[in-house]
This record gives sequence, C-alpha cells and structure tokens, in this order.
Amino acid sequence: MEKPLTKMMRPDGEPLSLGEYEAAGGYQALRKALGAMTPTAVVEEVKKSNLRGRGGAGFPTGLKWGFMPKADRVRRPRYFVVNADEMEPGTWKDRMLMEGNPHQVVEGALLGAYAVEADVGYIFLRAEYAKAARVLRRAIAEAYGAGYAGKNVLGSGWALELSLHISAGRYMCGEEMGLINALEGRRANPRNKPPHPQLAGLWGLPTIVSNTETVCNAPHIILNGAEWYKGISRSSDGGTKIYGASGKVKRPGLWELPMGTPLREVLEEHAGGMRDGLKFRGVLPGGASTDFLGPEHLDVKMDFDSVPKAGSRMGTGTMIILDDHTCPVGMVRNLERFFARESCGWCTPCRDGLPWAAQVLDAIEEGRGEPGDLDVLADLCRLMAPGHTYCALAAGAVEPLQSALKLFREEFERHIRDKRCPWR
Amino acid sequence: MLTESEKEEIAEEVKRAGHARAACVDALRIVQRRRGWVCDEALREVAALVDMTPAELDSVATFYSLIYRKPVGRHVILLCDSVVCWVMGHETALEHLTRRLGITLGETTADGRFTILPTACLGACDRAPAMMVDEEIHGDLTPEKIDRILEQYR
Repeated sequence: MEKPLTKMMRPDGEPLSLGEYEAAGGYQALRKALGAMTPTAVVEEVKKSNLRGRGGAGFPTGLKWGFMPKADRVRRPRYFVVNADEMEPGTWKDRMLMEGNPHQVVEGALLGAYAVEADVGYIFLRAEYAKAARVLRRAIAEAYGAGYAGKNVLGSGWALELSLHISAGRYMCGEEMGLINALEGRRANPRNKPPHPQLAGLWGLPTIVSNTETVCNAPHIILNGAEWYKGISRSSDGGTKIYGASGKVKRPGLWELPMGTPLREVLEEHAGGMRDGLKFRGVLPGGASTDFLGPEHLDVKMDFDSVPKAGSRMGTGTMIILDDHTCPVGMVRNLERFFARESCGWCTPCRDGLPWAAQVLDAIEEGRGEPGDLDVLADLCRLMAPGHTYCALAAGAVEPLQSALKLFREEFERHIRDKRCPWR
Repeated sequence: MLTESEKEEIAEEVKRAGHARAACVDALRIVQRRRGWVCDEALREVAALVDMTPAELDSVATFYSLIYRKPVGRHVILLCDSVVCWVMGHETALEHLTRRLGITLGETTADGRFTILPTACLGACDRAPAMMVDEEIHGDLTPEKIDRILEQYR
C-alpha cells in the first residue's frame, strides 16, 4: 500500500529537515515542473489525476486551478493561498502534515503557485498551531535559501514570494472568501460568489485557495504521474486520504489509506473498534459539518461520491464517533452551540437561526423541551439550507442537526416526554 | 503609548505586507505580546500605523477570539469545548478547572495568574479532552493531570 504523503515522515512526528526531505526525493517535482513542464501542463496532469480538494468540499483541484484566467500584465500580482486554517472540529490531519513534513507543504504550495502562474503565495495558518508555525517559518526560509522560492526560482525566471500568515482564531477564517477578507485585514465575512476568487479574489485579483492536504499531493502527482496516482486509490477519486477517527474508539488517530477505504475498515482495523463495553451508535464521517450516519452505513466507501449516496459527505475524512453511552441530543447541542458561536453574523438566517437552534436544543437537553420544538428545529434546518446564505457555514451546521432529527428521533422525543436527559 | 520598538516592528510588518491594513492582525499581536492585551489607547495608535480608523480596526480586533480587548492573566488557558472533547469529558475538565481556580470562563484569577477561555477545536482530538496553555497543548486531561499542569505555570 503506497503512502506518498506520510512515508517520509519520522516515527516521532518531528519535522523533516530540508536535507532529509531532499534526500527522500523532495523538490524533485518542482525541478521537473520548472524544467520540463509549462504551467498548463501541470494543471492538466493534476486534472487527469482526479485529485479532489481535501478541505471538505471535494471540488476537483485541476479544474479549480484551470479556472484561473490566462496570465496578463495588468491583473497582477496573482495569488496562490494554502488554506491551513484547519478548524473543523474533529480534524487534525493538516496539523500532522505540516508538523511532520513542512517542506512537503512548501513544495506543494510552490507547485500550485507555478501551475496558476502566481506571483505571491501565502500559507494561511490558524494561530493555535504554534508548532506548525515554527516549522513552517523555518521551512520557508530554507526554501528561499535553496533557491526554491524568491526572485528567480531555480534559475527559471519565475518569481514567487511565499509567506506565512498567522491568523487569530475563528472558524470562519477557513471559509474561502472569509479567508481572503482576513488576509486583507478585514473581518472574515464571506463575499458573494460569483465573482469567484479566480477572477476577483485577494485585493480583487486572481486568487486560488487550496487546502493543505490537497497541495501536499501535488509533488507526488507531478513526480509519478496521474496514472500512478489514480492507481493507488480504491475509488474513482485519485490518491490516498488522511483518514482519522476520534471519540470513544480504542485507538483514536490518523492513517493515510487509499481513497475509498470503507468506513468500517478505518473504524475497526485502524481505530481498533469501540472501547470495551461501548457500542457504535453513529458517526460524523468528515468533521462537525457532516450528516450523521448510523450502523447501517458502515460499509460505505470513504470517497467524495460514495458518502453522499449514504446521505452524508466525506468532508475532511476525519470521523467523529458517537457511542451508546453518550447522549445524541447533548452532542447535537454541542455542535450547534459551536456553529452559533462561530457564525460571523453576516447573513440573517445563520446569525439568528443558529442561536435559536442552540437555545431549543438547550431546552430539550435540560428538560424544558416542548412537543413543537422538533418542528421548530426542522423549520430552522430549511431556513438555513444551502442558497440562503453567502457561505456554507449555516448549511454545514444544518447537516448534523437534520440527520440527528431523523436518526435519533426517539431520543429527542424521550427528552421532551420525560423532561430530562436520560444520560444525566 | 506605543514604544519605539513596537512601532518599528509594526512598520516592518506593514512594509512586508504591501498593503498597510493587511498587517493589522500582526500589528495587534505585536502589542499584545508585550502587554498581554490591547487597550483602547494602543488600538488607536495601531490604527494610525495600519491606515485604518480606530473603529475599523476594533471591528477586526473584536472579530478574533485570540486578540484580547480586555486584560487577561499571565497565562491564558484555552479549554476546547468542541464536539470530540465534549464526548471525551470536557465538562469534567471545565468543572475541575473552575473549582480549582475559583473562576469561570472569561474570568481571571485574583492573583492575575490564569484566565480561562473557551476555544474551538484545537486539533488534538486523539488526546481529547484537551486545552492549550499559552503555546502548549495538553491532552488526555483528568483532574489530577490538570493539577500537575497548572503547577508548571507561575
């Protein structure tokens, strides 16, 4: 089984130095691209590889990069931004990639930037990842020193200024347009799309925002080719995926596995199954903003097309497990409180709908629920559906709520009927 | 109000950023690193350096959970209250911290040693429940472990 993203990493998770990364084949892809490939050829290779965005939405990366308008003299600089603002609850795959092999992130950023003919690159990092900040800052400096970034990258004539932006909290900064506003020194509110950032992004100029895990794949695709990349997957989406499991499983963790590995295999073989005495009740397959799946869905393949067929999304691929000793209503209340707090307040359905949902869930969990409350929650789910707000925060918040109302209906009704939480 | 070294460091960030306002979060952090928080007077001076009005800069400063517009203790405890930590025992950790320090979320101990704040997922879900003290993440929290951790911060 091939593990391109993690095979170089040290067992202790300490960062690879520049020398270690180079000795393991690092920066060969960048040399190959600059020496023998046009930017368009890099985009085409990524398109053929079926790499899909690892931030959660799964948009085909080559297609996204290909939407950048042709480079001209006027609309400059062009920007390439790595989204390292990993804040999806239950997700820590990008942290592992950055801490363990910062140069892979830097090389991925450089390849992405070259592919879209960018002049300026940013790695947008959440502030709480202090160790990632230290190792990335050093890796960027080393990349400049070795001629991989800067005025004349590897003597090719291409210039790329790469820097690290350290944010200061708030989930919204990971939203594409919110991130762009944050980089401009504004509140991380979303912007309307279209225009998409490829046309009017940072400072109104052509901009690409790609997730950290996504860009880490680029060097391997360029070096080994799209056919190889498709071949290491167990699905039509290319490559491997950093899957994760957390909650009351025996061995919470992260594992790089072929894309399309079944959920059950991750849960049972890698996470070791449930802790003794506990039963599996449900799972958020890819972070807080994905629909719950139940025991009947355990055989779903974890890829971007299969998980929706089971009624959820692959999201970040890091699954959060609900066991039978944990209250599903309490869990959903926790999720909606999170989303209510993190809403930026720009769009009314999200700003007002999420606190409302959280309050209704508070009431149900605390034994003050009323029979009509579940209809109110269902209405709120409709109010915050996709298309009613500028960004996907509210729509994401609805996913665990609407699915819990179906999957754990009897638990909600029991809370209301008995006027208490049976788990407390 | 701002020292020469703060002004110099902010000017450097502004130069590096290209657009002055793009450096505003870095500028606020430069002040916060030295003073623990950002008071009104400092905010007004920073605003001028990053070419924003004080109100505009405050709208950005108050957006972020890690820019402090009120005084905090010498050590800030960011206690994760997101879903995995909740499943794994966040409430027990919160109760213990609250009882042990005699303060609740958003408050500072009388001796100015600790402030406890809630935070979104710290990305330490394999070690939940988790908290961050200053720049260090501590996981697998139990009441006994929390006591030992608190001893490390004076």
